[in-house]
Amino acid sequence: MERLRFATVGSVDDGKSTLIGRLLYDSKSIFEDQLEHIENVSKRRGTDYVDLSLLTDGLRAEREQGITIDVAYRYFATPKRSFIIADCPGHIQYTRNMITGASNVDLAIVLVDARTGIVEQTRRHSLLASLLGVPHLVICVNKMDLVEWSPDVFNRIRDEFEEFASRLSLRDVTFLPISALQGDNVVSRSPNLTWFEGPTLLHHLENVYTASDDNRVDARFPVQYVIRPQRAEHHDYRGYAGRVAGGVFRVGDDVMVLPSGLTTTITGIDSPNGPLTHAEPGNSATLLLADDLSIARGDMICRPNNRPRQAQSLEAMLCWMDDVAPLQPDRIYAIKHTTKLARAKVTNVLYRLNISTLHRETDVRSLALNEIGRVELHTTAPLFYDDYHANRTTGSFILVDEHSGQTCAAGMLLSPRT
Amino acid sequence: MKSALRGLVDESVTIIREVAAEFERPVMLFSGGKDSVVMLHLAVRAFAPARVPFPVMHIDTGHNFPEVIEFRDRTVSELDVQLIVGSVQASIDAGRIQDVTGPRASRNPLQTVTLLDSIAEHKFDAVFGGARRDEERARAKERVYSFRDSFGQWDPKTQRPELWGIYNGRHKPGEHFRIFPLSNWTELDIWRFVEEYDIPLPSIYFAHRRRVFRRDGMWMAESPFLSPDADEQVSEQTVRFRTVGDATCTAAIESTATTLQQIIAETAAARVTERGATRADDRISEAGMEDRKKQGYF
Repeated sequence: MERLRFATVGSVDDGKSTLIGRLLYDSKSIFEDQLEHIENVSKRRGTDYVDLSLLTDGLRAEREQGITIDVAYRYFATPKRSFIIADCPGHIQYTRNMITGASNVDLAIVLVDARTGIVEQTRRHSLLASLLGVPHLVICVNKMDLVEWSPDVFNRIRDEFEEFASRLSLRDVTFLPISALQGDNVVSRSPNLTWFEGPTLLHHLENVYTASDDNRVDARFPVQYVIRPQRAEHHDYRGYAGRVAGGVFRVGDDVMVLPSGLTTTITGIDSPNGPLTHAEPGNSATLLLADDLSIARGDMICRPNNRPRQAQSLEAMLCWMDDVAPLQPDRIYAIKHTTKLARAKVTNVLYRLNISTLHRETDVRSLALNEIGRVELHTTAPLFYDDYHANRTTGSFILVDEHSGQTCAAGMLLSPRT
Repeated sequence: MKSALRGLVDESVTIIREVAAEFERPVMLFSGGKDSVVMLHLAVRAFAPARVPFPVMHIDTGHNFPEVIEFRDRTVSELDVQLIVGSVQASIDAGRIQDVTGPRASRNPLQTVTLLDSIAEHKFDAVFGGARRDEERARAKERVYSFRDSFGQWDPKTQRPELWGIYNGRHKPGEHFRIFPLSNWTELDIWRFVEEYDIPLPSIYFAHRRRVFRRDGMWMAESPFLSPDADEQVSEQTVRFRTVGDATCTAAIESTATTLQQIIAETAAARVTERGATRADDRISEAGMEDRKKQGYF
């Protein structure tokens, strides 16, 4: 059974929480005590329907304000797949939370109200999904019941979105008409949407092809931890533990270690599940090597003929996340990239991206909370990286405020302009 | 192995190693409950063939099921890890907290003080906990690396963004992190892992005969720590425990499941959440867990 991580983005008004409630309810993943609880609360508040959004809004402040503030994670399973939902707030002031929730998902669902069509928020969410390299996007045109199940409305929204999306780098976009309130085309086909020949939402989630989403070509292994048992029976054991960030590592492969540039051969691969013949993207593994080289946390193991980029001067799309202080150019921040910790300063803001219009605003020196821009940065040590769109693990980093400890920015590394 | 379970194992092992690499003094909470047992076995696998490079700690209310304490001691000895016990009774004796009395008294909330005192005493800067996001609504919002200030408090409003698989454990002296490697596991995943990896668990998870009485719609076990009221009838039933905690606030469920296969079938078919079925402490209010967590609870 596979696992699919997906994000839902949108606001309460789009029916996002209702949709999640519907998926959980119709797949029988809501428990009786949870349902009883939200029925009681709905009744106490005088709501005349069971407010399924109460299931997902877990914090006191969220229930008091009736909005989603932070990402919530939900879990459900069908016989085909198990699912992790990252339920993300949609409002512009929570852009950083949406980026947090969508950073490592396989798929994102963007909700569109059939009555209003594509709005600024739809464009913003789709842009963020594109920037984050989310492999699969689903545009759910919701509330079809309120537009008399009209195929014309659905087709018009799809055409409008496709025109806008041609400016983004979205790999796979699917359009689905639904009505979350009564569950039309969510889990079961709808008698109201007989003209629609595509799948239900759940059918799509169960079947979307994700096996080719990982980069299985460029072998990358950031060294996380060196395992050296101080016990007699394993006296000579020295293993390099980490998680495969790309490509496939096999016993017998020639590998190169960066930054030293020395080469050696994989003699064995251990894992939490015992010895392996090969390790794939996402696997936690311990590599055993033929030669006794000096290798430490933060080093990168790759293939001699396929190395990552190596640089101290870098370009990235940066999303600023600190609500206390904006980006200060030339101030020193801590940078964490794969297992490597260094220090960095942003030397130049090339432009700020207007996330509603896609305009590049060039007359800026800084980035404030929730703002995204292309920047140049300089690090105290070279990073071994790939373009974010080739590898989301070796292409991503965070900046940390060295004083407050806050995670103040998320960055996606880009190939230098030629 | 099923790939979904393997993905969870890979993720958890990576988190455990990351903490061992970046923090000075990590510790893993270990109660003998199924989640902490799974977490400890993952730690063993994360560092094999080396030893687990940190100790485990149990916050003992003194009101635990004896089968679980016996299991705890046997497990740490078999897995060759060091056990630290933080004793709620010792905190009471030292005057750090007052024992609770009365018919519904439970030492469960008192654990927070002992936990925070133990963290301070040993200068732990990272404390692994076995909590899962599917357990409870407040936990569904919590990060894998969860920051605690110098009072041990959780502030849900200032949580650090947590992106990709990059974790930020920066902190000042006196502050610490709670680390939740099992965040993305569900109750069913735990049982499937226990079955596939052949993990021993305390006997009280399996159906057995026990003297119990009905309280607030739940089966509470009669014990030296918990006595029935005059109108509560004690009878012997076939029950098992779905969660294992302080005996005063952990209820049993009616069940005849004596094997892992039967427990998995029962869990898959369950229509009530595990905390809803068995934890009196979560019934206090709509935000019971959120409020306790803010004060430094597990």
